[in-house]
Amino acid sequence: MTATLTSRPRRGPSHWWKTALGTALTAAMLFPVYWMLNVSFTRDQAMRKSPPDLFPVRGTLDGYRRVLDEQLPYLATSLVIGLATVVLTVALAAPAGYALAKLRPRGGGILSFVLLAAQMIPGIIMAMGFYAIYLSLGMLQSVPGLIIADSTLAVPFAVLIFTAFMSGLPRELIQAATMDGAGALRTFWSVVLPMSRNAVVTVSLFTFLWSWSDFLFAGTLVSGGAHEPITLGIYHYIGNNNQEWNAIMATAVVASVPATVILVLAQRYVAAGVTAGAVKD
Amino acid sequence: MTHTTQLPDRQPARVRNGTPHTAPPPTRQRRRPSSQQWAAWGFLAPVTLYLILFYAYPLYRNIDLSLRHYTVRSFVQGDAPFTGPANYLTVFQDPTFAPALLHTALFTAVCLAFQYAIGLALAVFFNQHFRLSTTLRALFLVPWLLPLIVSASTWSWMLNSDSGIVNAALHAVGIGPVSWLTSPTWSLVSVITANIWIGVPFNLVVLHSGLQSIPTSLYEAAALDGANAWQRFWHLTFPLLRPVSAITLLLGLVYTLKVFDIIWIMTRGGPADSSTTLATWSYQLGFGNAMPAFGPGAAVGNLLVVTALVFGLIYVKVQRKQQAP
Repeated sequence: MTATLTSRPRRGPSHWWKTALGTALTAAMLFPVYWMLNVSFTRDQAMRKSPPDLFPVRGTLDGYRRVLDEQLPYLATSLVIGLATVVLTVALAAPAGYALAKLRPRGGGILSFVLLAAQMIPGIIMAMGFYAIYLSLGMLQSVPGLIIADSTLAVPFAVLIFTAFMSGLPRELIQAATMDGAGALRTFWSVVLPMSRNAVVTVSLFTFLWSWSDFLFAGTLVSGGAHEPITLGIYHYIGNNNQEWNAIMATAVVASVPATVILVLAQRYVAAGVTAGAVKD
Repeated sequence: MTHTTQLPDRQPARVRNGTPHTAPPPTRQRRRPSSQQWAAWGFLAPVTLYLILFYAYPLYRNIDLSLRHYTVRSFVQGDAPFTGPANYLTVFQDPTFAPALLHTALFTAVCLAFQYAIGLALAVFFNQHFRLSTTLRALFLVPWLLPLIVSASTWSWMLNSDSGIVNAALHAVGIGPVSWLTSPTWSLVSVITANIWIGVPFNLVVLHSGLQSIPTSLYEAAALDGANAWQRFWHLTFPLLRPVSAITLLLGLVYTLKVFDIIWIMTRGGPADSSTTLATWSYQLGFGNAMPAFGPGAAVGNLLVVTALVFGLIYVKVQRKQQAP
């Protein structure tokens, strides 16, 4: 009892300055985010004021009204593209991860290496290649085309995550399923996949976030089409009206919602994804 | 831009447990049953097909683009004449080539140095347990999770010459307005600053997870021996963190080389190519003009691929070496 009492104070009052410093550093780091919020509430007349208002005094919701009026189709497109990319990525990567982790395929090492190398290819190269292919197939400005392109951002990462996670599943479980007469497909679907829930969540979160944030593929493959994602919505705003920054920043705030939700609700998956492979718990 | 990493995770686990983690010797079954091989490749077939169709083929098309003389018409009809290395020669002789290469090197080196240094300092700081440390560390992830267009446009407005908060702050301390995005002197500095801001969280998280694998008993021993905080960092933390640092820096290098969005949205590589890198130049050639030059654009892109893959291979090699005891 006394031992715990004497060791407690180390966390206590003597360390308050660390909390203060940490808070100050975090505030400095997040200043641009605050500034985005602040500008999104600023009135047009106050936008060019010098020095700018540090707080949205007598703020306005005009920016957000513009978002509701003009950006909803873009947001919907992004949502559809994001969800479809998640489905495609998980469908491709989960079986591959299972095979690489548990079935020891001949040539699996080479495939893992190719996946790792694939992650290193600059997006601009992929964009140009896709552009050339889609142009000859007449698939430019099509949403399915963009979904396929966006999935290339996530598939190699997803396979690596699934492989790392599924390697940690107990072999006995899979053997037991086989003993009970389950085929490979059934074992995967009814045993392995339900147990890999955490990996599925991590992969889905990151895939959604990347496809939601994609600007390069959207700009090259669907620009000017009937359905454009929110990143292009913002880009057109910047290009068209350099004045109404409250509308631009309001759109930016709305476009940041998925990232915020994910950080609040699924923080441990995020950290796990960054340091991929540490997903096992 | 996507930052993903595969950490040498086995190693920290080994250190954490104190005893060498004796992995069960690879219990290779005498012969891999052929039915299992069929099943395995059945599961791998979709992703293999996918890799061929959506990675290998676009890459091939890109090489093909770079070796032919394309115009918009021949692009559609697909009868562009084969010109061999002509596009590459055009690129090398282009007055933009040397600046673009220099900017790419500068951008990558400066971003990496600052991201790593700041990330490491923050990781060490947040590795001490104090009230709110976990929450604050999580908040640090925000810049990294935001869509790049959001970060880029926010920085653009903050750095606006007339109405930006940065110039207003400088004015308050008596420094005249700086044309951050519209003067050739400052445009590269501006995009580097924004990119450092985006990259710090990644370094922080990865280095922090590396720090956690260093046993606290080592620090206690060093403290007993009278080592001060700086000595403990310099002689203990830093050397023990070297494997994780190598991986972080190499991955950072590969990802920083291909940064496109942030530069394009903030400056479009300008003014007068003053913030052009290979990535933005490639885009500029292929998509940024009324008269697209797909061939040279693809050629520049391929140079970037080769560079990225060289460092990528070094990364794989370092990682393999670290995972083998």
